[in-house]
Amino acid sequence: MIHTKKITPWLYISPAVFLLFFFLVYPSIKTIYISFFDYNSEKFIGLKNYFYCFTNETMLISFRNNALWIAFFVPLTVFLGLIIAILLDKVKYESIVKSLIFMPMAISFVGAGVIWKFVYAYRPISAAQTGILNAIRSFFQLEPLPWLIIRPWLNNFCLIMVGVWIWTGFCMVILSASYKGIPRELLEAARVDGANEFRIFWKIILPLMKPTLAVVATTMTINVLKVFDIVYVMTNGNFDTEVIANRMYKEMFIFRNYGRASSIAVLLLLFIIPMILVNIRRFREQETIR
Amino acid sequence: MKKNTISFSSSSLHLIIIITAFIWVLPTVGLLITSFRPPPDVAASGWWTVFQHPFNFTCYSLENYQRVIAKIGLGRAFMNTLFITIPSTIIPILIASFAAYAFAWMEFPGRKLIFIFLVGLLVIPLQMTMIPVLRIFSNLGIVGTFPGIWLAHTGYGLPLVTYLLYTFISGLPSELFDSSSIDGATPFQIFIKIVMPLSVPAIASVTIFQFLWVWNDLLVALVYLGGTPEVASLTVSISALVGSYGQDWELLTAAAFVSMILPLALFLGLQRYFVKGILAGSVKG
Repeated sequence: MIHTKKITPWLYISPAVFLLFFFLVYPSIKTIYISFFDYNSEKFIGLKNYFYCFTNETMLISFRNNALWIAFFVPLTVFLGLIIAILLDKVKYESIVKSLIFMPMAISFVGAGVIWKFVYAYRPISAAQTGILNAIRSFFQLEPLPWLIIRPWLNNFCLIMVGVWIWTGFCMVILSASYKGIPRELLEAARVDGANEFRIFWKIILPLMKPTLAVVATTMTINVLKVFDIVYVMTNGNFDTEVIANRMYKEMFIFRNYGRASSIAVLLLLFIIPMILVNIRRFREQETIR
Repeated sequence: MKKNTISFSSSSLHLIIIITAFIWVLPTVGLLITSFRPPPDVAASGWWTVFQHPFNFTCYSLENYQRVIAKIGLGRAFMNTLFITIPSTIIPILIASFAAYAFAWMEFPGRKLIFIFLVGLLVIPLQMTMIPVLRIFSNLGIVGTFPGIWLAHTGYGLPLVTYLLYTFISGLPSELFDSSSIDGATPFQIFIKIVMPLSVPAIASVTIFQFLWVWNDLLVALVYLGGTPEVASLTVSISALVGSYGQDWELLTAAAFVSMILPLALFLGLQRYFVKGILAGSVKG
């Protein structure tokens, strides 16, 4: 600790504290408050906006889709990240492949959206297919598919794959660091005792990496609850692909219903909080183990 | 590091890895190639057909880039994005390093509590703040202006940037601070002469993270700046293009690549800091 005048520390932290109050603390409280009011915040309407959230069809579709994202995106990114990390550990060109798989993290979700919209591009059967997926289908004499329009499973799944493409590299890097922390002697000993790779994976690697896997999985879940850009760019929520964050944006900017938009934001926060609590608990557990 | 012995067929291992890597880069390669193909070619055939005559350079051109940069205004959007991103990176890091230094090395009542509260603000999704901030911005008349978005990105970036800089600065050896205090240096001199120079690695990672976060951001730019060409960022302009030029892939691919070039250059050039920064920033709202 250094010696300072009483006022000095407050001078150092005041710009940060002021801005945080202005941009995060005050607005959040205000948002909770106006979520109980009508579209232009004039009339108190109690829980009506929340009632709307849980009865409106598009809202229910958004909840379902965010649940779909959680159900597919989270296991896929974590599992693929883990498998790729473990396989890459065995080869010499590990770092090059890691860079290639991590690369999508550098570009914007908007850029990724354009890249994948082109992959999914669809033209009528008579025209040459310029999207690679439909070109592959044509090659096998199959009809081209409008991937982003076939609702509700295929198009949502196609959007989720874009997320998986972006985030798998992130999971891979974290899980790879954790995997490299497992003592090699442990794995060698199991091999000497005749355990095969799958048994080693289930009985040694998975249990040892469980805390890291849990943190990565909750981080991915929080990401998915807030997913916005990919959906906004690729389908804008049409054809039953709506998600909570895009719905909030529409209520705010297109329909100008600030009450409803605020209640959606509050629900988003309520969904995120349990994930954060899990993350904090994991973090504490790890601290005590050390 | 010693590599694991491989107990299943090593050629199938290499095959799996190479196929995975191939699948991962294929979409981006398709985008890049398409952006250099003349419009009639793009409409007539898939980008992979260029590999039939890979050295036939007449099937590439810069025409699409000329069109998106000059005519469709992405050159302007690129400059706007730079003009948004640079202050939105420098200001929060400057403010956060002062705060982090005070939280780490100065004594004051409520130090721990305020710090925990500040970091706890990380959980708040931006959506929770947008309507009230937008109202204040419109009262101040700074909706759709650069200073408005600089402030917004500063506010939203602060919890994480302060936390990251705090973990680094509080980890500096305490002897450093004892001896220089004795030498009669003021807290500000210690900050400038000792803390900042020693924190360069942490600041580098945080800078890259914050720069990329702002560069790639869509939501904040959409809400506080909007789509007018004078201020629109690359992400906002490109998402508008997707709506209006939906099937003109030669333009969309070139536009997307314009937005990707700087992040990719940073990624390739500063990979180590980059990965650190991204990992650290993963929890941001």
